[in-house]
Amino acid sequence: MTVTERPADPLEPAPPELAGDDLRELWEDAPGLVGFFTTVDHKRIGIRYIYTAFVFFSLAGVSALAMRAQLASPNSGLISPGTYNGLMTMHGTTMIFLFNTPVLAGFGNFLLPLMLGARDMAFPRLNAFSYWVFLFGGMFMYSSFVVGHLPDGGWFGYVPLTSSTYSPGHNIDVWGLGIIFVGLSTTVGAINFIVSTFKLRAPGMTVNRLPVFVWSMLVFSFMVLFAVPAVTLAEVLLELDRLAGTAFFVPSLGGNVLLYQHLFWFWGHPEVYILFVPSIGMVSTIIPVMSRRRIAGYLWVVASLVAIGFISFGVWVHHMFATGLPPLAISLFSAVSLVIALPSGVQFFAWIATMWRGKVELAVPMLFCLGFLLIFLLGGITGVMVAVMPFDWQVHDSYFVVAHFHYVLNGAVVFPIFAAIWFWFPKMTGRALPERWGKVSFWVMFIGFNITFFPMHILGFLGMPRRVYTYNDGLGWNGLNVIVSVGSAIFGLGTLFTLAAVLIAARRKVPVPDDPWAADTLEWATTSPPPVYNFAAIPFVEGRHPLWDVERLRRARPGAEADVGLEVDGAVGRSTPVTSGIDTLPEGVLHIPAETWVPFLVALGLVTLLVAALVSALTVAVLGLGLAVGAATTWAWRTEADLR
Amino acid sequence: MTVVDLPLARSSERTRTTAWWGVAMVILTEGTVFAILLAAYFFLRAASKDWPPPGVKLPDLKTAVPASFLLWGSSLPIFAVEAAARRGRWGVVRAGLLVSWLMGATFVASTLKDFQALHFGWRDNAYGSIFYTIVGLHAMHLVVGLTMSLVVQAKSWLGRYSPARHASLEVFSLYWHFVDLVWLAVFPSLFLSVRWR
Repeated sequence: MTVTERPADPLEPAPPELAGDDLRELWEDAPGLVGFFTTVDHKRIGIRYIYTAFVFFSLAGVSALAMRAQLASPNSGLISPGTYNGLMTMHGTTMIFLFNTPVLAGFGNFLLPLMLGARDMAFPRLNAFSYWVFLFGGMFMYSSFVVGHLPDGGWFGYVPLTSSTYSPGHNIDVWGLGIIFVGLSTTVGAINFIVSTFKLRAPGMTVNRLPVFVWSMLVFSFMVLFAVPAVTLAEVLLELDRLAGTAFFVPSLGGNVLLYQHLFWFWGHPEVYILFVPSIGMVSTIIPVMSRRRIAGYLWVVASLVAIGFISFGVWVHHMFATGLPPLAISLFSAVSLVIALPSGVQFFAWIATMWRGKVELAVPMLFCLGFLLIFLLGGITGVMVAVMPFDWQVHDSYFVVAHFHYVLNGAVVFPIFAAIWFWFPKMTGRALPERWGKVSFWVMFIGFNITFFPMHILGFLGMPRRVYTYNDGLGWNGLNVIVSVGSAIFGLGTLFTLAAVLIAARRKVPVPDDPWAADTLEWATTSPPPVYNFAAIPFVEGRHPLWDVERLRRARPGAEADVGLEVDGAVGRSTPVTSGIDTLPEGVLHIPAETWVPFLVALGLVTLLVAALVSALTVAVLGLGLAVGAATTWAWRTEADLR
Repeated sequence: MTVVDLPLARSSERTRTTAWWGVAMVILTEGTVFAILLAAYFFLRAASKDWPPPGVKLPDLKTAVPASFLLWGSSLPIFAVEAAARRGRWGVVRAGLLVSWLMGATFVASTLKDFQALHFGWRDNAYGSIFYTIVGLHAMHLVVGLTMSLVVQAKSWLGRYSPARHASLEVFSLYWHFVDLVWLAVFPSLFLSVRWR
């Protein structure tokens, strides 16, 4: 189903530099601090998401190293049990809520409009809002370190441990309210990704030409919409129990503690795949470029992504095999947990086939992808093992489980994220990263990772329980624990090499060409870094791999024939085409709002409300709510003007 | 060739604004919130011997039934409003919005009054907790909808809409239909199913 005839001559030479300056004037943010707080540019917001998430990543890493120092020797008194519980809780919470999810959202923010051939997201102000909510939510949770009320109920926060009876004080409240808040950010971001993908694709980018990364963000977003309400409700009901005295999880009043686990894992298991799916998208983008070959089985890879999205909602009970549920329920969820290995296997073979038929170039992003393949293979296999009920009962709550989920959640998500950094850093900054530092970083990380997490499998078989702050001498665990702790330090060191590479790149300012990898997707059609308006002229997409199908899309770059053709009814400049959902026929233009304080103010109002809820201050709550509602109303007031 | 040379989507097809799609996605996730809450309700109920717990008097139907029909009915003027907005008949739009607002507000007022008449609190037992939470959350959604309606009504009086451009009106209509629809699931679950078993 083609949209229209081929473009006349996509290779026509670029006209002289002129239109770019007019566009730049229209699109540029206010300078300085004002621009910092008011920008709605998806690229600035995306990069901001990424470095904020990495700040939280380093905090989680430091807490992990502190825990490993404590566990390096038996009966160690380095860290008190209470502090250990706090570090463990915040390590898990940070990695899931404040690093993995937002860093993927950051890459999505930066890349999605560029890959779609659009000039911004569908809701640029909402985009800024979701970043501020994420930042404030993270700061809110980390304020617990400052005031000394460290959340200590585990990253899963099971009741009755987290009920007000057994966890008095504000510790759990900071955690619960923070999670509700950060969930808002994720949801808003997901809606933005979906609508952008539905409506802002460049003409010609029909459904079967969508880049795999965009598919993965679409699946990610739909999973978020259906999964996040569960964890939000789990924490809302928990906080109602704690702050308002309701009885959801109080057995003596007809409440049920298993309800919490169901709610938590109805989000928690899809969440594992919510994090994994964009990683698949990144790997499926990078491997074909580095292999100089189109991805093998595009349709199968995409179908598997969608299948994972669906199936992942039917596996949550495998976290609850030891809670005494009826055998039939356990068997069913066990079977579904086995089935979900199939689509992952399909993708795995697609990646192997792509490399097999291509010419693999072992640049740093590819090394991280290869590391990912090996780590994901192991994590996937242990995943199939724990899906089998009798096996799960043997290793339940042991270090085997810790090993398994670090292989999938740390290895199979963090390695693709590092691959993505090395792959897209030149596009984001226009500067080259020092390749040698990357190779060192990869090898140190890969070796450190396996030294850290592989012995944990054996520790699990030897009976070491998870979530303990120390253990006794003479149980045969000492040697392996030393190895694990040393490994974690090596892994941490490996990540520092990438940080060093970024700092070196910032100092040396070695420029890169616009398309250093000779890649296929549209973000490489514009300059590095992209101009504030992304594309001077909106590209017309002819195939699944725009830059490979047509040798070079010069027309998209600054200095090309600029804004021609975008205007349907006289709106000038700050706009991007809206196209129909399936076959991308142009429907009109979407006006991209200028920079504004509104998103920042709404987020500020909401976080004020959150703090007020924590300390039960009614006046402050009213102030926060008033600010949020007032700012949101001015937002709604302008809808029609903005949709021009 | 540039984008402008491409054939435009046929103008007879009604295209949806990005704002409409955005709110449709909000509804998807909010609908999940209510679905999960109702699942929690039936989970707690299945795990309890007596539901509601002994001594708890069920919520009265005498005002709840007519109030519910009033709420469901408040969607009807909105259908008329949507059609009138496309034809530029702003008098009908203003009147329809006002009527619908009054119907919705009456329902919220009656819910609050019913809360006061209930013989159980939300701290008493899990039944009370989940009952108040679901009904209260729905009422909060209605309050949000009523606030949206006020903004939309103000915009319609100030002439900020045209037949081609009234996205915030479309968005409000969609949202209002949604909160009415949610009550169609909540009311039978919380008020009727406990009686007929």
